Amino acid sequence: MEQFFFFLFAAGAVISALLVISRRNVMHCALFLVLTFFFVAAIFVLLKAEFLAAVQVLVYAGAIMVLFTFVIFLVHIPRTEKIRQTFRQKNLALALGLLLGLEVAYILYGTMAAPASLPAAAPVGAVGNTESFGVALFTRFLFPFEVVSVLLLAAMIGAIVLAKKEIDR
Amino acid sequence: MEVFLRGYSALGPYVPVFLFIVVAVTFGIVTLFIAKLVRPHRPYPEKLSPYECGVPPLMEARERFFIRFYIIAILFVLFDVEAAFLYPWAVLYGKLGLYGFIEMMIFIGILLVGYFYAWRKGALDWVKEG
Repeated sequence: MEQFFFFLFAAGAVISALLVISRRNVMHCALFLVLTFFFVAAIFVLLKAEFLAAVQVLVYAGAIMVLFTFVIFLVHIPRTEKIRQTFRQKNLALALGLLLGLEVAYILYGTMAAPASLPAAAPVGAVGNTESFGVALFTRFLFPFEVVSVLLLAAMIGAIVLAKKEIDR
Repeated sequence: MEVFLRGYSALGPYVPVFLFIVVAVTFGIVTLFIAKLVRPHRPYPEKLSPYECGVPPLMEARERFFIRFYIIAILFVLFDVEAAFLYPWAVLYGKLGLYGFIEMMIFIGILLVGYFYAWRKGALDWVKEG
């Protein structure tokens, strides 16, 4: 049952990811990317990582996609649609793809040899995934968590400084 | 329903969610398909032109956007990430107590500096003053 749903969501993710890179209309690509994020979130749910699934939908399908659409709006789409697509990096892409495939095969071989099924993201039981994540975040990883806020602050100030110049002009 | 829940108890709460999505998507597809079968199909240029409140379209809709939207978008992304951290904190609030409260206040405080910076710099004003 779990396997059936895994293959369903995995197939959905792969198919929508293929559509992301094969559509001509950039806006359609972006929408298929949202679909891919949703399928990946479903796989996270299957792995019992509910919090990660929620964040995947909230931050990736919500916020990161806003940034992608912005990049799409910043380039002039009607002009880019006229450009002929080329495959100049075909050989490099093939080599890197093979390398990645070998790596994934190696990892798969490793997990097949070990008598373990799908690894659960966190100890499930009385405590939920969100709770165990929170305990780790607010006790063991407290300092990295506070540093994240500084990182976000730096991103915010950087964006304002960069965009302000354009606005004042 | 019970058949789904048996032997699949860990993900039980998500079965209704999955069924909801399946029904919603199927409803949309079936409705469009039936409408396509039933409706007459007689297109002409006026009917196919995009409707803009009755005014003739001025230019291509897919133009480059004003940079001011970009600041709003990036501020949204950053505060969205902050909000994502608030969920586990809210779940654990009872356990963490004062310690957790101070932790989160420091986190929000640092981000508030950025918010006030954006405010003071006028990044949130839509029309430039002065």
